[in-house]
Amino acid sequence: MSFQETPAQAAGGTAADNTAISELAQVFKDAVIGPEHTKDGVPTVWINPDRAKEVLAYLKNQSSRRFSMLYDLTAIDERVRQHGPAFQEQTGGDYTVVYHLLSYEANEDIRIKVPLSGESPAASSITDIWPAANWYEREVWDMFGIGFTGHPFLKRILMPHDWQGHPLRKDHPARATEMGPFSMPDAKEVQIEHEIQFRPDQWGITPKKADTDFMFLNLGPHHPGTHGVLRIVLELDGEEIVDCVVDIGYHHRGAEKMGERQSWHTFIPYTDRIDYLSGVMNNLAYLLSVEKLAGIEVPDRAKVIRIMMTELFRIASHLVWYGTFAQDLGALSPVFYTFTDREMAYRVIEAVCGGRMHPEWFRIGGVAQDLPQGWQTLIKDFLDYMPKRLKEYDVLVMKNPIFKARTKGIGKLTPEEAIDWGITGPNLRACGFEWDFRKKRPYSGIEHFEFEIPTAADGDCWSRAAVRVEEIKQSMRIIRQCMDNMPEGPYKSGHPLATPPIKKHTMHDIETLIDHFLNVSWGPPIPPGEAAIGIEAAKGNNTYYLVSDGGTTAYRTRIRTPSFPHIQALPMMSRGLMIPDLIAILGSVDFILADLDR
Amino acid sequence: MSTLQYLILIPGLIFVLMSVASGLIWLERRLLGIWQDRYGPNRVGPFGILQVLADILKVFTKEDWVPPFADKPVFIIAPAIIVVTVLITFAVVPFGPRAGLADLNIGLLFFLAMSSLGVYSVALAGWASDSKYSLLGGLRASAQMISYEVFMGLSLMGVVMLAGSFNLRTIVLAQKHMWNIVPQFLGFIIFMIAGIAETHRLPFDLPEAESELVAGFHSEYSGMKFGMFFLGEYFGITLISAMMTTLFLGGWFGPVLPPIVWFAVKTLAFICFFILLRATLPRPRYDQLMSFGWKAMFPLSLVNLLVTGGLILAGR
Repeated sequence: MSFQETPAQAAGGTAADNTAISELAQVFKDAVIGPEHTKDGVPTVWINPDRAKEVLAYLKNQSSRRFSMLYDLTAIDERVRQHGPAFQEQTGGDYTVVYHLLSYEANEDIRIKVPLSGESPAASSITDIWPAANWYEREVWDMFGIGFTGHPFLKRILMPHDWQGHPLRKDHPARATEMGPFSMPDAKEVQIEHEIQFRPDQWGITPKKADTDFMFLNLGPHHPGTHGVLRIVLELDGEEIVDCVVDIGYHHRGAEKMGERQSWHTFIPYTDRIDYLSGVMNNLAYLLSVEKLAGIEVPDRAKVIRIMMTELFRIASHLVWYGTFAQDLGALSPVFYTFTDREMAYRVIEAVCGGRMHPEWFRIGGVAQDLPQGWQTLIKDFLDYMPKRLKEYDVLVMKNPIFKARTKGIGKLTPEEAIDWGITGPNLRACGFEWDFRKKRPYSGIEHFEFEIPTAADGDCWSRAAVRVEEIKQSMRIIRQCMDNMPEGPYKSGHPLATPPIKKHTMHDIETLIDHFLNVSWGPPIPPGEAAIGIEAAKGNNTYYLVSDGGTTAYRTRIRTPSFPHIQALPMMSRGLMIPDLIAILGSVDFILADLDR
Repeated sequence: MSTLQYLILIPGLIFVLMSVASGLIWLERRLLGIWQDRYGPNRVGPFGILQVLADILKVFTKEDWVPPFADKPVFIIAPAIIVVTVLITFAVVPFGPRAGLADLNIGLLFFLAMSSLGVYSVALAGWASDSKYSLLGGLRASAQMISYEVFMGLSLMGVVMLAGSFNLRTIVLAQKHMWNIVPQFLGFIIFMIAGIAETHRLPFDLPEAESELVAGFHSEYSGMKFGMFFLGEYFGITLISAMMTTLFLGGWFGPVLPPIVWFAVKTLAFICFFILLRATLPRPRYDQLMSFGWKAMFPLSLVNLLVTGGLILAGR
């Protein structure tokens, strides 16, 4: 087996850039400021702020490529950037709003950048083009203070409503010690308690229709069915959900801001805590972008180890989902069984990585250590143990008539709706739309493995469950192939930016010793540029959009997580259903609060 | 029996039932532990059996909290109702040929009446808590219990026809040669399902439904008031199991062992079955439960009634 990059990857899709961008340049002559070359090869084009909305609408509806998904929407504070793109200096923009679109038909991305200036910059809202833009724009408003004209509900989303300043602006402090002591006098507490009381009109919902007064039920932030601190306010007619609004941000830790303070190397442990059920999978999403920026080629053995561990974590994550989903529907036992099974997976993970939930085990340029002696036996034991258990769960859960009655036809999504709302991963495949980054944009050599992409037809809770159950089996296939075909060779790249460098070399040559010393004390300086590489994480597509300014820390770390759009679509999925259905939908979309709020 | 005998027997029975209910809590936790690949309580006393005692001590020393927004008198009386109604029903259960407190000639009707009264406990608790989760739980509970007791009653009419009496002792004696489970199998199944719904145990624990309604009707309860609902539930399971034994499994009849032991063994088997159900099944939705009741169970119990009546007529 060879683990060289595929031609498409190596070329970075540059051939395709030109056509996508040149089409734009033809149609919108005066709107296009110019293209930018980025390290990841995603066609990137700067657009005049006044015309941005028009261009985006064109790209979605009329372009020959149909960029149907708003994959990500974020911003960059450009004010202290040294090595920014030429157009940013030319336009003199203080901020750049970045739209990342995805075309499923052409399997292409496009990145639209819009320069904005001033103390209170504003762009036009695109919520009427993509409903998914709603939360993304609120997040950009919250974090950067960039307004979106025409947005229906432009309020803070992650920070407390009375927060001063916009955290991801470069002049906002990053640590509590820079902010002065925190105080909460009683009077202020009472005032805040009063202000956060639920008032339907503030949330844009009407408390009555015709001759019915609706009841409002505050589900969360602490509730057994929400898997964490998530607040859902339900407007109820009896037990039927008329409307609901989701209030998030209770689990916000400012991971993106931390990314601007931690060195490229020391940020790796923080990534483990984004989707904390799939451990090293987050490392991979982050490191693929870092390595792209640094131009590091990872050795084959490291690639296969990475694939093996990420797939193992996919199984671990799905097992937690399986048990908790069953528990959400009232079945008490499966959660104990699947946690026992996850423990078996953790036996392997612990032996290999030393850690369990957060092994933070991948490194820039490879992995932390080689595999331990006898790892094959552990993997083999796990792979032999699982199928019997999965068969048992099929009978206990998936084939149970009550389970079927609770999940079939509940929370239905059509593929079009799913794409409009930015839904990815197993939830998208459950709508019958076969799309998996592992097949469409193979990373880390996964194109050399044999596996199938399971899909289901109906897009309801049952389909989402069926897809995940099948994914566990496919991941086991991949792991078995990793075990049988593990290549020999180094587990870390010899590149000078690989951190930490291979230890035995540091004892022999002075160059590596210097690298080691600098990379460990200051951190590796990653060359300026931008890169975003998506991976198929356990819960959907995960991308780290990294901007380097040539320093030892990232200039901007944008974490595009799957749970954010999934939970945004919750009101759409649950309207007209009942409270138990809402819980079933929450369980079936498989989200993690840490992944939602970051 | 003389008054003195009653004065001894009644506290005795209550004591036995209390021990059984608290023993059940331990049994359920241990059995669930075994079925769920874990230990369950195993630290306090031999096999963890004193865990219940520790829990009871704890629950008694908890702050006796009544939320300021609750309707205080109703809030306090609600948990008592369930315990009282279930305990009173035990008076008519014939534990053995000569064991049992009251020999009512309307024993079966008394049981049905008392289990209907139990609805008040849950409905009032949900209402008096003045909490939306409790209210939803209370609503679900009253709808569920009122619907299910309709065919709970109907499913037993076959048994009454066979025995020709509402007296539970007579019903047991009528099963001397053949247990009712054979001619009344359909009635047995319907009664069992209705019984689970009446005691709102999983899979029919919709009034509590912790993943949806936090704790349903008893969300606002703590301390011994919560303990009373808890006890009431276990009394309820014991009662339904005892009734199934009495009505369908020939009560105390059985070879070799003394009658009272047979009664206990049969009852315990049903209790274990209930616990196994809890470990196995997910929970249906509220409207599914109601339509299952009215569209499947109700017609079936009517069919059962008709067929039984027809057969009895034909046999004459």
